[in-house]
Amino acid sequence: MNALDIVTAVLVLGGSTLALTAAIGVVRFPDTLTRMHAATKPQVLGLLLVLAGAAIRLRGHVDVGMVILTGLFTLITAPVVANRVGQLAYREQNIRDDLLTKDEMREFAGNGEDGGNGQN
Amino acid sequence: MTIVWIIAAVMLTAAAVVTMFRLLGGPSTLDRLVALDTLVAVTMCAIGTWAAFSLDTTVTYGLTALALISFVGSVSVARFRVPDIDKAGGSRRLR
Repeated sequence: MNALDIVTAVLVLGGSTLALTAAIGVVRFPDTLTRMHAATKPQVLGLLLVLAGAAIRLRGHVDVGMVILTGLFTLITAPVVANRVGQLAYREQNIRDDLLTKDEMREFAGNGEDGGNGQN
Repeated sequence: MTIVWIIAAVMLTAAAVVTMFRLLGGPSTLDRLVALDTLVAVTMCAIGTWAAFSLDTTVTYGLTALALISFVGSVSVARFRVPDIDKAGGSRRLR
């Protein structure tokens, strides 16, 4: 058990802990926006940590490129999904207004626009 | 090193089981979509942990495919789903 194994163990354990945290947050948080917060940020970081641990452990193989590619895809596509889900949740008012401290979308909604996403 | 894999497997299994509750009982479609994203990400974590444990690199292609399919599926559901809120009644579905 050399130093790289210890680094791998720390990364995999940290990623698993973040995945468990995100899952608990998805169940426990009160509305869609906060659930989306739990499902995007800790989840993606946990996945990246696990993939980094796997890439360190699989060093030397050709297929490490696929692991790095998966990390890049996740990093690129997670904000897109979060943006779509957040905008839909806001438009359908599936949120709790008393939990919002600032509502910058309200002025867009007041002008009869839907944030300019080109849908509907 | 074995204890690390056991702890990681237990935590990932617990994460998947806990996410199932929101996936099955989420009040709106968006909650289920978010829970499904979380479940796919937990699955990808588990596949990555398996690859690191067994030094088996054939599963890494499945990892990449799962990332792409998850993205396309989530965007498709968010784009083409039917809104499930009762706007006439003005009721907000919470919890």
